[in-house]
Amino acid sequence: MALNNYETVFIVTPVLSEAQMKDTVQKFKELMQNNKAEIVHEENWGLKSLAYEIKGKSTGFYTLVEFKSEPTFIATLETEFKRDERIMRFLTVSLDKHAVAYNERRRKGFPKIEKTKKAVAA
Amino acid sequence: MTLVNESVQKTEIRKKYCRFKKSGIKYIDYKDPNFLLKFINEQGKILPRRLTGTSQKYQRKVAQAVKRARHIGILPYVADGLK
Repeated sequence: MALNNYETVFIVTPVLSEAQMKDTVQKFKELMQNNKAEIVHEENWGLKSLAYEIKGKSTGFYTLVEFKSEPTFIATLETEFKRDERIMRFLTVSLDKHAVAYNERRRKGFPKIEKTKKAVAA
Repeated sequence: MTLVNESVQKTEIRKKYCRFKKSGIKYIDYKDPNFLLKFINEQGKILPRRLTGTSQKYQRKVAQAVKRARHIGILPYVADGLK
């Protein structure tokens, strides 16, 4: 029953309004919560331009969710992504310990300066 | 007449090093395009180890990260004049 660390990035189609986009994100968050997944962090990158066209669109709403769940849930999540027409692209990645540590530092905005200060003090 | 050869002017050979090993980076983030840009050429191709000096262990991770970034539309699969 060990929970693994995962991270998923998905792109919602830019055709939707802001509220509709939030509904879509909410739907997937609820799906996670209903499947005993524990959301660690959520990030909304907003409307970003894509490096190449996906489904005839050159922009998309990016959302990043870091969560802990059982491995069996990933298949459920991904089939739900595939079925939803509003999702243009998704990527789910399992995180190792280095990735988890990195993400924590990323959330704090890379506190590199503290480290160097300590080194100077010591 | 001396038979000693003239010393050849050698330009300083700088040894390549793996930047991940040197600076202790353990995880390569696929969400950071500016960092990944260092490992691709202007066509968007992944640069070989012989050019970047990356160790085999981290080259695999770089390649994985670049491919993930391409999938989610952060980096292009094909490009012209990326840099």
